[in-house]
Amino acid sequence: MLNTSEIEVESDFEELSEKRPFFQVFFELIRKQPLGAAGGGIVVLMILMAIFAELLTVFDPELNSLEHMLMPPDDTFWLGTDQFGRDLLTRIIYGARTALLVGFTCAIVGATLGLVLGVASAYFGGMFDLIVQRIVDVVMAFPLIILALAVVATLGPGTQNVIIAITIPFVPQCARVVRSNALAIREIPYVDAARALGFSDMRIILRHMVPNVMAPYLIMLTSFLGQAILLEASLSYLGMGVQEPTPAWGLMLQGGAEEFAESAPWVAIWPGIAISLAVFGFNLFGDSVRDTLDPKLRSR
Amino acid sequence: MKNFTAKLAISAVIGAGVALSGAFADAAPKRGGTLNYVVGSKIPSYDGHKETTFGMIHPIRPFYSTLIRVNPDNPADPSDFVCDVCEGDVPKGEEGGTKFTFKIRKDVKFHDGTQMTAHDVKATMDKIIFPPKGIPSARKAFFKAVESVNVDNDYQLTMKLKFPTGSFIPALALPFNFIYAKKDLDAHGYTWHTKNINGTGPFKFVQHQKGSFVEGVRNPTYHHKGRPYLDGIKAISAPKLAVRVNAIRGDRAAIEFRGFPPKHRDDLVKALGKKITVQESDWNCVLMATPNHKRKPFDDVRVRKALTLAIDRWGGSKYLSRIAIVKTVGGVVYPQHSFAANESELLKLAGYSKDIKASRAEAMKLLKDAGAVGKTIDFSNRGVDQPYKIVGTWLIDQWKKVGFKVKQRVQPSPQFYATLRKKKDFDVSIDFNCQSVINPIADITKFLTSAGNNYSQGGDAKADALYEKLLRSGDAKEQRALIRQYEKRVLDDASVAFITLWWYKINPHRSYVKGWKIAPSHYLNQHLDNVWLDK
Repeated sequence: MLNTSEIEVESDFEELSEKRPFFQVFFELIRKQPLGAAGGGIVVLMILMAIFAELLTVFDPELNSLEHMLMPPDDTFWLGTDQFGRDLLTRIIYGARTALLVGFTCAIVGATLGLVLGVASAYFGGMFDLIVQRIVDVVMAFPLIILALAVVATLGPGTQNVIIAITIPFVPQCARVVRSNALAIREIPYVDAARALGFSDMRIILRHMVPNVMAPYLIMLTSFLGQAILLEASLSYLGMGVQEPTPAWGLMLQGGAEEFAESAPWVAIWPGIAISLAVFGFNLFGDSVRDTLDPKLRSR
Repeated sequence: MKNFTAKLAISAVIGAGVALSGAFADAAPKRGGTLNYVVGSKIPSYDGHKETTFGMIHPIRPFYSTLIRVNPDNPADPSDFVCDVCEGDVPKGEEGGTKFTFKIRKDVKFHDGTQMTAHDVKATMDKIIFPPKGIPSARKAFFKAVESVNVDNDYQLTMKLKFPTGSFIPALALPFNFIYAKKDLDAHGYTWHTKNINGTGPFKFVQHQKGSFVEGVRNPTYHHKGRPYLDGIKAISAPKLAVRVNAIRGDRAAIEFRGFPPKHRDDLVKALGKKITVQESDWNCVLMATPNHKRKPFDDVRVRKALTLAIDRWGGSKYLSRIAIVKTVGGVVYPQHSFAANESELLKLAGYSKDIKASRAEAMKLLKDAGAVGKTIDFSNRGVDQPYKIVGTWLIDQWKKVGFKVKQRVQPSPQFYATLRKKKDFDVSIDFNCQSVINPIADITKFLTSAGNNYSQGGDAKADALYEKLLRSGDAKEQRALIRQYEKRVLDDASVAFITLWWYKINPHRSYVKGWKIAPSHYLNQHLDNVWLDK
């Protein structure tokens, strides 16, 4: 049962929240986290590009137009064309879809699996924790790109396999971070209380522990977004990722970097810039989320 | 840009001039120096009889001789052969073209100092033509007509054929037919040469640092007197194209024998001007698209024919030749050979019309009749940029234009070969037919139902019958006519598999490299005994 003062505080808080208009909160956030806001802006721009790709360009991203091959930027092809005469701007816009599909899927699936595994490992402890953590140690011993390359080499190239390849290394990373937080939460009395009330392990994990480790989860998730985009681009650049004619930034870079670096540098430059901007944007945004959610950093 | 194009044209003309005026270039060869060259593929083994790759030929061929070879001074001529370890001219067939007698030189020595005789040549030819069970011989099928190889005396050899065939002498000149010592085969077995080298070639093997380089030194007892001109050779392994280009640019290597894409030629000429010479040639190598006859709907000839009708070969040639090592539109025979289809003959074949709209309309009608409109193609391709991935991307676009949906699977070479040869789980695959010595009658066997390298899992009985007739024909005019009928069957009526574009060889090299002449194959003219450095 709540006492009167607690109810007042809660209602004051609700009132305060309701009173502040959206734009005020938005501009305050920009003022407090200008870099994060810039990152967020890039992310939003990418998402809009991906959603409205058909409306933003008149060209087909996959259709060859050989008579226009390797055209430098001009009034018609703002960023120039590639070796198959395809408009680079169009392929970069559509490429955002591939980047976001891979980025979000890998980050969400990888972080969520890691969350469940990390909390379960902390909650059950004992032999289960020991085994899970040793497996996590083994997987984390490999650099991200090496592990992803090994998985793609086994499964073969293609968007679906790239997603699997990138997701697998994310799971233990998130599990390790979440577990350390969950270990502290496991010792809090309400978990004991829940257990005493006869709640199932699943209910305790999902209803009582997981919501309390959302901060590290969200931080990991946002940091994974940029990493996943970079990994997808790296795998595609190495010819082990997304395949032609799908528009993907890494693939565009691979197609242009070696052969046309001198004669048509724009073929490699624009997708390179797109990858850099996207990763930069997601990293800034992720840092900002971390700063906001981490109580230690928030107090600075 | 105009200025650059003019420079390029001048360089190309100079290059072609140098290449053609061999007599002038070879007038006063200089001795000495080491030729550094880059090789873009690994060495699977040293055994020429087993291997099929330039990754082995380029570094290893200079250590060996062959019985006969393509004339090094005229490698572009598909019918100009000269003796290597045999004496005099290449023999004409006796007894109706079924008996060939070779006189063997008496001055040929293996690198270990032992004398080479007709017994060594016989042991070699027996290994190639009649290998024991379990011993691979990649070109055994080329010698189907050979009945026996007999030693008349230490320096004379006779080869008897079951029937006369024009494909025998060209097959004998294949650069893979390394002469091995009989004593090595007897003492060490038939697999010893996969890891050991004891040849009679212009250079002696020194060392192989795996993944790095192969080194050789001049063979002072080489049987072609006065040769080789070089003191040594060093074949540097460089799988990445950019590394190979930069090696020539930075003069770490003088030449790459396989060939560069046009853009790299342009970049090198632009950067190095007269220091670079460019030699160019049509290439006896073609990329194919092979449908899997065992997979629906490609078991239907109408669907297969639609695949070829969708391809604008003439348009593709015009543009792809600017970015890839492909150029020439052709049929089943190397386009510069007299047996090849000329343009008017090509235009009669499905997929070769210059009216691409009409071709594609016909393709769409065929697909509609076959109930295959909008079908998805599982397209298997090899993870090699030049020209596989470029041609693959172009083909996808062509097939989309008649309503196919295409899902491309690009795999590294070992996995690609496994898909093509063992798993066979593709709808259509990129395929190739690359040969060394131009030998049309042998080169077109790929389309036969029984051919080991026909990966379509299908064929055409009428084409097979035409080939049997062709194999036994001794008349060039009749052979050409039979090839036309065969070509119509395999590319059109039965649509067994398709030719896309023939490769085009571009070899920019340091201008100080003299004596080497471009051949229509990257396997040919790689003994390097006629190369010298003008430094």
